[in-house]
Formats: sequence, structure tokens, C-alpha cells
Amino acid sequence: MTSEDVERLLIQFQDENGEVLGSPFDVPLDITPDKLQLVCNALLQKEEPVPLAFFVRGEAEVVSSLGSCIQTLGVETEQVLPVVYQPQAVFRVRAVTRCTSTLQGHTEAVISTAFSPTGKYLASGSGDTTVRFWDLTTETPHHTARGHNHWVLSIAWSPDGKKLASGCKNSQICLWDPVTGTQIGKTLTGHTKWITWLCWEPLHLNPECRYLASSSKDGSVRIWDTVLGRYEKILTGHTQSVTCVKWGGDGLLYTSSQDRTVKVWRPKDGVLCRTLQGHAHWVNTLALSTDYVLRTGAFEPATATINPQDLTGSLDEIKETALQRYNKVRGSAPERLVSGSDDFTLFLWNPAEDKKPLARMTGHSALVNEVLFSPDTRLLASASFDKSIKIWDGRTGKYLMSLRGHVGSVYQVAWSADSRLLVSGSSDSTLKVWDIKTGKLNMDLPGHADEVYAVDWSPDGQRVASGGKDKCLRIWRR
Amino acid sequence: MDHHERKRKKESREAHERSHKARKMIGLKAKLYHKQRHAEKIQMKKTIKMHEQRKTKQKDDDKTPEGAVPAYLLDREGQSRAKVLSNMIKQKRKEKAGKWEVPLPKVRAQGETEVLKVIRTGKRQKKAWKRMVTKVCFVGDGFTRKPPKYERFIRPMGLRFKKAHVTHPELKATFCLPILGVKKNPSSPLYTTLGVITKGTVIEVNVSELGLVTQGGKVIWGKYAQVTNNPENDGCINAVLLV
Repeated sequence: MTSEDVERLLIQFQDENGEVLGSPFDVPLDITPDKLQLVCNALLQKEEPVPLAFFVRGEAEVVSSLGSCIQTLGVETEQVLPVVYQPQAVFRVRAVTRCTSTLQGHTEAVISTAFSPTGKYLASGSGDTTVRFWDLTTETPHHTARGHNHWVLSIAWSPDGKKLASGCKNSQICLWDPVTGTQIGKTLTGHTKWITWLCWEPLHLNPECRYLASSSKDGSVRIWDTVLGRYEKILTGHTQSVTCVKWGGDGLLYTSSQDRTVKVWRPKDGVLCRTLQGHAHWVNTLALSTDYVLRTGAFEPATATINPQDLTGSLDEIKETALQRYNKVRGSAPERLVSGSDDFTLFLWNPAEDKKPLARMTGHSALVNEVLFSPDTRLLASASFDKSIKIWDGRTGKYLMSLRGHVGSVYQVAWSADSRLLVSGSSDSTLKVWDIKTGKLNMDLPGHADEVYAVDWSPDGQRVASGGKDKCLRIWRR
Repeated sequence: MDHHERKRKKESREAHERSHKARKMIGLKAKLYHKQRHAEKIQMKKTIKMHEQRKTKQKDDDKTPEGAVPAYLLDREGQSRAKVLSNMIKQKRKEKAGKWEVPLPKVRAQGETEVLKVIRTGKRQKKAWKRMVTKVCFVGDGFTRKPPKYERFIRPMGLRFKKAHVTHPELKATFCLPILGVKKNPSSPLYTTLGVITKGTVIEVNVSELGLVTQGGKVIWGKYAQVTNNPENDGCINAVLLV
């Protein structure tokens, strides 16, 4: 005998910032997420239905049915229950499963690898002092850029994808043209010790992609004018090596250093705005919530095609699209900054406003090597030398889950463009693809012969590139 | 013949005198001397070889060194995996033996006559059962002396210290931290109970100033440090943090 009267419940849809949508709804307890999605889309009145994820009271996700979720939470069914809806990415990135090619050519370990913002070009820097460009359609070498005389430590694509900057251990910075593989302009010298990080000015602030910030072990940060080939400003203030520099979308520059501080600067006049203190050991890495959208600039991953294309349009159009994308991702709240350190903890900051951290995230048992916000800024991944990756909430810093599986220190992580998958490279020579929704290992990608030093996921979601100590660059596809 | 001449001639005679002594010495004395001399000669040969190498070595500007590592690994010394495994075994053995790795493993043991001074008491100053500590010591917060008539060990107020200058070995930064207690004095357990701080003593310091946190999220507020100077000579306690 089937019972016809299923318990009913009053729910109120809310978006992430707390604004309510419509009036409270009466729904049966066994409603599934699909039906909730239909209702919510109808309320949102958009042209195309957007896939949504629902969280009861903002905490527990509704997976199978509302009833099971409420049972686990133990919530009273008398009051109106707030249900937060989060729009997910419309497109879905498929997990990479196989290694399609091993690109040999470097004669020393591959230290850094990066896809261009549209995903058309791939560049890799190595210990043999060259930067190599690879053709992705045929997966063969394209150009070899020679010009450095020591290991190429960091590379950075300009947000319009037309230039690549590379910094080496002899403190030189060179700019390359990916189409011809030749050097643009002259070598930028000025730092006294090796370059630790390079970061371009965001596209929506300057569509010409003219200014580049570089941080070095000598404790200074220089802002270079790539057109004139000389430095604009030097930002000194750190007493030890600067490990990371990030150019924020609001026109502030963030730097982290081994002197345990994070400093906030205004690049226009080179003034130090704020010093964020709190860490007890070297600060290794920084991540901005808007990192992904600043990196891709005017390219929208949802419009990606099988063959990646260059950005088209005049400078103004590109600037407009980049600005729109940036504002959408940023939302109403200012940018958030996360710093990971050798003291095994991470700090979540609101650097534009506050000197005090928003949250301190502890839990790792070894130093944190890299932190990365997901492209939709909701999640935060931290890779550590204790062989685990921890996922935290991007807004509050609350701990969500641990991804265990690696048997060696995890060196780098990369998010897929839809924020559903995460790939990590480690010193145990494997890459692992993790599914964030379930928190489980999706795919194990062995194949490298030695430690994996650099990992990157292309912005169109089709390929993952990884390079390591075995001098090979591997491309992985579905 | 002035001072410089005499000095020069004396120094040049030293080699002859040394060899004469070495030839003529017999017995246990000779054995000890030869052992020491052998060790000295080995060191000398090593340094000479090192200097020779430095002269002949030329900087090869063209060749880039091997072992390229990414920027995040540059300031860290990479341990090869074999070394890591044998380190684990060594650690296990040490734990079993109860020996711990400290920056100063061997310190000169301080005898009782050095650390404690005899205080004579009594009407005729004949009784000699009281002792006064001549080295720096630490007494806790709630310390009250025993009644002076029955006090056997006197710890003078001038030699009592509450803070130590502690250096973090990796950060190379020094902080002035309050002492929480004396953990172990290598010379004698009696000194540990008295709170005597000499070179090589392991003390516990309050590190809440540094802001270190454990895995569980609890703030670490006490850590061990080993004293590296002679505090009674310098007037301050310098220590290195044991991480």
C-alpha cells in the first residue's frame, strides 16, 4: 500500500549572497535535484536553463533527494528552510584519460609549462635554457626559443595570448612571439638574483598588455614596460626573497615573501598599501579568487571549439569582454587572496580592505607548495608536501575534504575550466585527476619516469600538459 | 736582537723541537701524542688538497649546471630517496636508544666545585653544609624560598633569569622569549631539579609569539631550545630552537 501523503516542506530559494528568490515554496520531501532545478530556473526566468546545485542552509548538498539530505542534517521541518542555489558551469569538461603524446626535445628537466589563454599554444621552459613552443593540433615541436643562459624558472603568457615572458636563474627576462618563436624586443635585465615569478597586467586594465611584474630572490619586484624594454618601477620593501607576485583585477599588486609577510602595493605609483602579517615561516604561494578569469582575459571557455582560435576584435572590444567576464566572476565582494606557507597553514585575506586575515586554514602536516582558487572562485585547493590535497570553501575558508592518493609530495595542481575536476602532479611521477563532487580519484595517470614538476589544464578543457624531471612533456586527452 | 727577530727565530726552531720531542717520547705519553698528531696531519693534508683544487678550478661559464629544479624547490635541499630511507632507520634506532639530536651534542661536564660554592655557617663558621649556585638559574613563577635556616642550596636573585634569546635555525631570526622551565642539564640531574642553566642545557620556552600551529589547529606555545653560550659570563641566555 503506497502512502500518498508524503511529507511536505516549505523551502525558500536563496542565492549565494543571501538574496531571496521568490516566495517560500511548498515541496514534497522526495523531490530530486532535477525537479528543484526546473522550479528554480522557472523562477530565474532565464532564456536557457542553467544547471544548478542546491545546498540546504548553504551546507549540505542535495544529492539524491531533499528528504535524505534533511535526515542527515536533522533539521526541523516546521520552519521555512533556506536552500541556496549555485549556478554551475554550463559546459562540462571531460576527464583526461590517456597520454596522447610524449613530446621530447628538451635536454634537461622541464620546469614550467603553460597553455596560452585561448588554449591554442603550449609553451614549456626547461633546465636546458630553452623555451619551446609546441603545436597542439599535431602534437609536435613548433619552435625552440634560445636566448637564456641559465634554467628558465618561470613563464607567463600575456592575457591576449600574443606574447610569452620567461624568466631565468640568471635574473634575465625575455619576451617571445609564439607564432614565429623569436624574441620580441630586448632582454630585460635589472634583477640581481633569479626570477621567481612573472605576472602580466590584466587585460581589462590595459588591453595592449604592456606591463609585466617580476619578483626575484633579491627581494625586489620590478614592473617592466615591455614596449620600451625597461623597468617602470621597482618595489622594494621585502627583506628576503619574494616568492610570488600577483596582479589583481582591481589595480593592486600582491607579493609574498620568505620574510613571512604578504605586501599589497599600488602599481601606478609604486606605493606600499598594506603589509599582511601572520605567517610563522616562508610564504610560498599566493592565489587570487579572480586568477582564472584574469589569466583567460577575453576568452570564454564556454565558447571553445575543437580547434582553438586566436582572440579576434579590436582592442576596445576585447577590453569590454574581459571587463564583463571579470565583473561577473568577481561579483559584489572584493577579491580574496589566499597565501600558503612553510608553517603548514594557509591564510584567507581580504587584502583590499583589511589587515587581519578572514580565516586561518590548518590541517596540513607539511609545507604548502601551491594554492589555487577554482575558476568559479567557490573552492580552494591546496597542494602540500604531506602527499595530500585539501579542498576548502573559497568564501569562508572552511575545510571541505582531503584528497589522498599520492605517495610523494604534491607539487602542482590545476583546475578544469568548469571547476568540477582537478589534476595534480607529484614527486611520485604520477598525475591524478580528482572529481570534486564526490571527492574521489577519477583517473590515475602514470607515465612519467621521474618527478612531475609542472602541470597545466588548457582553458578550453581539452588537454592537460605535464612536464618533469624526465625531460619529457606529456599531453593527456580524453 | 729585538723582539721580532727573536720571535721569528723561535718560530723557525719549533719544527725541529717538535720532531725532537716526537722521536724521544716513550710510553703512554708518546702513544697519546702520536694519535693526536696523526689526526692533525690528516686535517692538514685535507686543507692543502682543498686549496690546491681551488687554485686550479676555473669557472666554466658556458656550461649550465645540472639538476634543474623549479623555483619552488630552489631554496630547499632535496634529499635523495635513499638517504631518506636510511634516515628513517637511524631515527628509529635513536628513539630506541633514547638519544636525541641536539645542536650541541657534547658539552663539557661541570663539576660540583665549579657550579656550587661552599658557604660556611655557624657561630665558628665551621659548618659547611650550605651551597650557593654560581651559575645562572631559572626558578618558576611561584617560587618561594625555603626558610633560610634550612636552605641547603642558595640561588642568588642576581643570577635568576626569566627570558632567553632564542634563534630559529632556519629563519635565522632571534626572538626574546620567556622561559617555561629547565628540561635537562647535561652535567647532572641535580642541576636539572635546581634549574641551573649552563651551556648545553635544554630549556623549554614560550613560543606563542611566533604563531606556530599544530595540525589540529591548536596553537603551539612551548618548544625546546638548547643554550649555546655560557650565561654566567655573558649576562644573557642565548639558545637555539630545536625544531
